[in-house]
Amino acid sequence: MSATREPGFRRDGSWVGASVPRREDPRLLAGRGRFVDDITLPGLLHAQFVRASVAHARITGIDLAEVRATPGVVAAYTADDLDLGDITAVLDRPPHEFVPTAMPVLARDKVRYVGEPIAIVVARDPYAVEDGVEAAIVEYDELAPVMSDTAALAPGAVLVHAEAPANTLVDVSLFATDGIDEVFAQAERTGAVVRVQAKTGRQNALPLETRGVVADWDDRDEQLRVQTCTQIPHQVRTVLSRCLGLDERQVRVTVPDMGGGFGQKCVVGREEIAAAAAAFTLRRPVKWIEDRRDALTAAFLAREQRYDARAAFDADGAILALDVDLVCDMGAYSCYPFTAGIEPLMASAEMPGVYRLPAYRVRGRAVTTNKAPTGPYRGVSRPQCVMVMERLMEKAAKALEMDAVELRRRNVITVFPYRGVNNITYDPGSYLESLDLCEQVLRDEGWYKVRSDNHESPDRVIGIGYSCFSERTGYGSGAFAARKMSVVPGFDISEIRMDTSGTVVVTSGTMSHGQSHETTMAQIVADRLGLDINQVKIVQGDTDRITYGFGSFASRSITIGGSAVAAASVRLGEQLREIAAHLLDTDLDNTELDGDGGVRLRDTPDRGMTFAALADVAYLQAHLLPKGVGPGLSATASFDVMGDGTFSNATHGVVVELDRGTGGVEILRYVCVEDCGVAIHPRVVEGQCRGGIAQGIAGALFEQVNYDETGQPLCPSFMEYKVPTAAEIPDVAIHHLETPCAFTESGAKGAGEGGTIGAPAAVLNAVNNALRGTGVELDNTPIRRESVYRALEGTYLD
Amino acid sequence: MKPAAFTYHRPGSVAGAVGLLRDLGDDAKLIAGGQSLVAMMNFRLARPEHLIDIRRVPGLDQIRRDGDSLRIGALVTHHAVEIASLGAEFAVLSRAMRWVGHLPIRTRGTIGGSLAHADATAEWCLLAVLLDAVIVAEGPAGRRSVAAADFFHGVFTTALEPDELIVEVVFPRPAPRAALTEFAERRGDFAIVAAAVDLDLPRIVLGGVATVPFVAPVSGIGRPGDQYHSRLAEEAAAAVRVRDEPGVSAHYRRGLVRTLVTRACAEAEEIR
Repeated sequence: MSATREPGFRRDGSWVGASVPRREDPRLLAGRGRFVDDITLPGLLHAQFVRASVAHARITGIDLAEVRATPGVVAAYTADDLDLGDITAVLDRPPHEFVPTAMPVLARDKVRYVGEPIAIVVARDPYAVEDGVEAAIVEYDELAPVMSDTAALAPGAVLVHAEAPANTLVDVSLFATDGIDEVFAQAERTGAVVRVQAKTGRQNALPLETRGVVADWDDRDEQLRVQTCTQIPHQVRTVLSRCLGLDERQVRVTVPDMGGGFGQKCVVGREEIAAAAAAFTLRRPVKWIEDRRDALTAAFLAREQRYDARAAFDADGAILALDVDLVCDMGAYSCYPFTAGIEPLMASAEMPGVYRLPAYRVRGRAVTTNKAPTGPYRGVSRPQCVMVMERLMEKAAKALEMDAVELRRRNVITVFPYRGVNNITYDPGSYLESLDLCEQVLRDEGWYKVRSDNHESPDRVIGIGYSCFSERTGYGSGAFAARKMSVVPGFDISEIRMDTSGTVVVTSGTMSHGQSHETTMAQIVADRLGLDINQVKIVQGDTDRITYGFGSFASRSITIGGSAVAAASVRLGEQLREIAAHLLDTDLDNTELDGDGGVRLRDTPDRGMTFAALADVAYLQAHLLPKGVGPGLSATASFDVMGDGTFSNATHGVVVELDRGTGGVEILRYVCVEDCGVAIHPRVVEGQCRGGIAQGIAGALFEQVNYDETGQPLCPSFMEYKVPTAAEIPDVAIHHLETPCAFTESGAKGAGEGGTIGAPAAVLNAVNNALRGTGVELDNTPIRRESVYRALEGTYLD
Repeated sequence: MKPAAFTYHRPGSVAGAVGLLRDLGDDAKLIAGGQSLVAMMNFRLARPEHLIDIRRVPGLDQIRRDGDSLRIGALVTHHAVEIASLGAEFAVLSRAMRWVGHLPIRTRGTIGGSLAHADATAEWCLLAVLLDAVIVAEGPAGRRSVAAADFFHGVFTTALEPDELIVEVVFPRPAPRAALTEFAERRGDFAIVAAAVDLDLPRIVLGGVATVPFVAPVSGIGRPGDQYHSRLAEEAAAAVRVRDEPGVSAHYRRGLVRTLVTRACAEAEEIR
């Protein structure tokens, strides 16, 4: 059993754990942040793209003569004009498991989705460039579009990529416990076998700041300077240098303030490469800002998956086996660096979740279709996995006539570390405690009484639903190597440097796109060195200043990056003590950091030196330094996890009310009991929870990217793509548990994705609980209001 | 999402605007709040060569009582109506405005613009038909009045001549027992179905079921109460002619009509 306690807004002399004012806020709240679109340069040109108007076709001709003749247009380039290398993401897996496919920066011979970039147009202003784009003439030899996973897999289907038979990019069967079929057969006789067939809607991660880039060539530095909003600056540099045939030193990627990414900016975009290539070719600065229509139709999407899952239970409700076949509709291309494997591999590995599962079989596939390609999106597959698992739990409880929370209690992992059937070791968490507390909160708040008072009421239809789940965070090199990526993200390197005034600059290879790293990383450094956070500056997002980094995704920043800044800080502290020991003529062991910007003696704490005094010696009085200690004050440290990472966990409890007259779904109460280990900054954690839950509710009830049968996107604006607003998202009550991670430097676990992961399952279970008298179960998302209406009316058609 | 080039005009009077409309013909478009037009221009679905901005034309932004009737200038915003004190006789207009988009839309969009745009689910279009509004338009030949019942011709088409502009909308009679309600998945969306009722006539006008505001035939007045409301709702639901559409079946849409008419009736009764 793990120790749990409320972290509260404690300070206790330490910065970690205190919800200090965010250091990012003054500039952001005053409108003085600097985002890509705020950047302007002398002679700046504006780029947009000629994009495919059909979903699947061979290009038979591109005529840009009228484009180039359009007033204000400076240049227009096709793939042939720029001659760029392709973007190809690779997994180190055999051909029957993974088929690599090239994504050209600009489409050359073929287009594979509406919105695919074919040519880049550069003009003097953002209006003229659209006039130019309109003037392009592209001729197509149209092919039949492949518009669903089932169509992609149908015998004789047209191929989206000639090299991918059966339109299948990934087909992996990672686990298959011996004898699993017998377990199912036995459970059919003596327990219960339940099945979920579910389809989840295609979604857009939808950062409010759309993608964008400003690029220019600097003759003095012999460098292409690329300011772009990306979660992975070093990987953008690598792809840019390869596509353009430059050395990496000739490309500098920097990242200004970012208005969200959620994974969509965690992959290299074709447009950012093309815009940089145009700037390189023209030797003039070029800006591309993705407009909202392109962001909704041609950016990386996510989440469209189909599950056929069966689970076997014994008569007491213990889960015995899980058998899952899942297909992910990855759209037209494999994203870099993750590949089309991102969703099926994640789902295959994480499906068992928080439950003690003895037998497991899974097949995960990624199919290619003529839709905009997909990439990672906050939670990656786990919103779907958890939804399917939690539906299985509910169905098993129904089949066995047990309470669904009680059934979960009997199955959650309680003894740690736990080695799962999926070959993953789970570090300690509070699965049972979070479940108990969440149920208790809803009970204490009276929601069970509200539900029972209205049982079979003609007026109020109320349901309560839960999801209990964990979230693997702190993926290090070990975990990503197991996925067999050719680019293995994992470690982070941090450099810390103290200046002559005794303040520090710390680099991190992570990349905040709204997560408050300037505050939270500074809290970690300040504690390790005994500095005020205002004496700590965090530097991210500059490939010239940062040795190397993998950016921010997979809830890795605080676990991996936070550990690296802590380790570097400790090293610098040792250097400061060594210099102080020499100058104060004492042993190193007799020195310690004083917690207030200096070093003191252990035996005479009133004797010591300030960091500023030590730094003065290190830089300006170097002749006073001890033998063997070089001038300057800097340290480098790295951090990696070779094991399976650390698991955050949570239980979400949701109360919904359905409207018989309209099928409307209202969330009356949302309770989240989360455990991310030591919360560096509790309010930042709560912000992560609330934002994630909003995106999860969006997936459960609102958002879906639709296409017509010819492949035309049906959601080019917010009128059609139904992102929920503040009016649809309830207040969320958050309760904290704390099971510290044993191997991260601060005991923190990742907190970035849990909200998104848990919300769809909890909402879906609550809606189904409200429908309990109808005989209808809804397993697809987003939940259609008509389905709810018909279920309550008794006219539901499957 | 940047509009094609256009020439911008800002006339100082209604006569000036009419003159520009007459001279520029089909290439010109009026703009007031721009809440529909600008989005269409940004998508380049609308590409007027001339934009005539009437927002600063004086005298069109007044709300005033005139005997039994209420006169609303064409440039009055939804928000101005929402916060106006119109008394019990016309409170239905203020309450209905809460259904119009979101606050920023309501502070810019105008009654004249909404009626001229003629979206069949727009609140002003339903209210105009429900309450027998008279739309006053001015053209080269002077002013004329068009009854709301004759105003809407089809999808985004009205009785307005190309060289006419709406100057005023007259609601000729108090409607103390009237209400409008809607259903959409998100607050502020265009309604899947909108229902407006005036129990004193009685009359039911529906949005989202036809290309123009649909007046559902009802069989006369009844005794206030749930039974009466249910009867009206059933009659309205039976009268609509709708087809299955992706995401919304005819059955569901008819069900929404039934629900929303019932609720609008209840609200109209309750607020007295």
